[in-house]
Amino acid sequence: MSQRLIELLLEALWETLAMVGVSAVLAALIGVPLGILLLVTQPGHILARPTFNRVVGTLVNATRSTPFIILMVAIIPLTRALVGTSIGTAAATVPLVIAAAPFIARLVEASLREVDPGLIEAAQAMGASPLQIVTKVLVPEALPGIAAGLTITVVSLIGYSAMAGAVGGGGLGDLGIRYGYQRFQGEVMVAVVVVLIVLVQLIQSLGDAAARRLNKRDRSQANG
Amino acid sequence: MIVIDDLEKDFGVPSGPNPVLRGISLTIEKGEVFGIIGRSGAGKSTLVRCINLLERPTRGRITVAGRDLSGLAGPALRAARHDIGMVFQHFNLLSSRTVQGNVSLPLELVDMPRGERLRRVDEMLDLVGLTDKRDAYPAQLSGGQKQRVGIARALASRPSVLLCDEATSALDPETTKSILALLAEINRTLNLTIVLITHEMQVVREIADRVAVLDQGLVVEQGRVFDVFTQPTHPVTRSLVREVLNLELPERVRSRLRHSPQTSPGLVMRITFTGPSANEPIVSEIVRRFGVSFNILHGHIDYIQNAPYGTLTVEAGGSEAGLQAALDFLRVKSLKVEILGRVAAPDRAVA
Repeated sequence: MSQRLIELLLEALWETLAMVGVSAVLAALIGVPLGILLLVTQPGHILARPTFNRVVGTLVNATRSTPFIILMVAIIPLTRALVGTSIGTAAATVPLVIAAAPFIARLVEASLREVDPGLIEAAQAMGASPLQIVTKVLVPEALPGIAAGLTITVVSLIGYSAMAGAVGGGGLGDLGIRYGYQRFQGEVMVAVVVVLIVLVQLIQSLGDAAARRLNKRDRSQANG
Repeated sequence: MIVIDDLEKDFGVPSGPNPVLRGISLTIEKGEVFGIIGRSGAGKSTLVRCINLLERPTRGRITVAGRDLSGLAGPALRAARHDIGMVFQHFNLLSSRTVQGNVSLPLELVDMPRGERLRRVDEMLDLVGLTDKRDAYPAQLSGGQKQRVGIARALASRPSVLLCDEATSALDPETTKSILALLAEINRTLNLTIVLITHEMQVVREIADRVAVLDQGLVVEQGRVFDVFTQPTHPVTRSLVREVLNLELPERVRSRLRHSPQTSPGLVMRITFTGPSANEPIVSEIVRRFGVSFNILHGHIDYIQNAPYGTLTVEAGGSEAGLQAALDFLRVKSLKVEILGRVAAPDRAVA
């Protein structure tokens, strides 16, 4: 493997990590609160706002049903307004965040829904406010599930980030397409895929370990 | 003191009304253990959940310690709830928090400073005997230990009322006894009012002072536990009492009763002893004074709140005059005597 190839790979890996890392953090900052809102504003829940819930739910579904490649192109004006350009790694994070946030929101909502309603009731009986129920009961109890959801999101973001190459986003996917596909350098394609496999494995293992550590429900692991 | 005044709860749906509580009025005194018993679906869980407004009453008023809760909402309601502890059938502990963290939760809700909070948690864990489990997670505890954590958590904010919603129904008999003993002790030492919802008469007998029997959303009977046990009037109460006080005659005796002519010499009767008379040697006195022989068919002595309550089913033999004198004597002693029938020949096998 040539020195040049290694440099290219490292640079692309860095771009991918930056793109995925930044968009994952931003998407989580939007998606987690959104997921909480989606749950607690449901009819009969602690902050029931049925109309609000329906509107937000519809928006989330609409974003999630738009294919990423179309979303990316469709929001170019927004991207330009936010980062000043529609080309490059920074520009690619905007569509990545917009695609990942609703995804995280639904996963968070599903994890929170798994929390035993009896715990909410117990907290209400103690005189907890809705905000206290969210921060002291719902989120801590759902944390293993939320960690698993974020892991899935990061892995999906790696896949999406390859498409961001289409707007000059750079990264591993872009490298594979430009060198491996367009210039017929098969070994670059193979190297890119191997790096991606290792990366995904690593992230999944880290995520699983975190979820296990947070889960105190299983007697054998409660000491962890 | 808790006053429930003409409480109604209707889980009405668009298709029609669905009344669960239909006009309940109860007064629960400060410092007493009050049992609310009923079959599943009688509305007892809804009733206890109305006391801290987890369920909002459709009509009627709930007053706890002089404060009318029924109109409260938001911060005022939450403040009132700090004064009412609640213990649940399935414990409802946070799996993500240790024992200490769980007991600390109600104190965090009112922003109690950390030092004071930890002291209070230690005090509560000491009270329920779980100091050594402070850093364990609920998953590592037995059912009884979990309920002790539940009780410690409910008491952490020093409430004046403790609501127990089937608190022992998920526990085995042995553990149930120890949890009830703990509740009784807390009631004594803290002068805490305890409202206990259960479907088990055993639980009521063990620790309640007074009891209300709930059936189809109505209080069908209420009073001191001893009285309700010994003189149940409503069919539901009778059947609940029968489960713990075994008053049924054995089949062997019943079949002989049915087949014997009314003129047979053996007289079968059930004598009920309550209160002080249960301690007197009445049977031996009758045998001595009236020359009547007793063949004991079935007997049972129970202690309800430390007062003895016994029934004795006997087959009495002797002269008509002797039997009559014996019956009169029992009535003078104001014991309850029921004549169940006559049997052909005394069955010596059981004597």
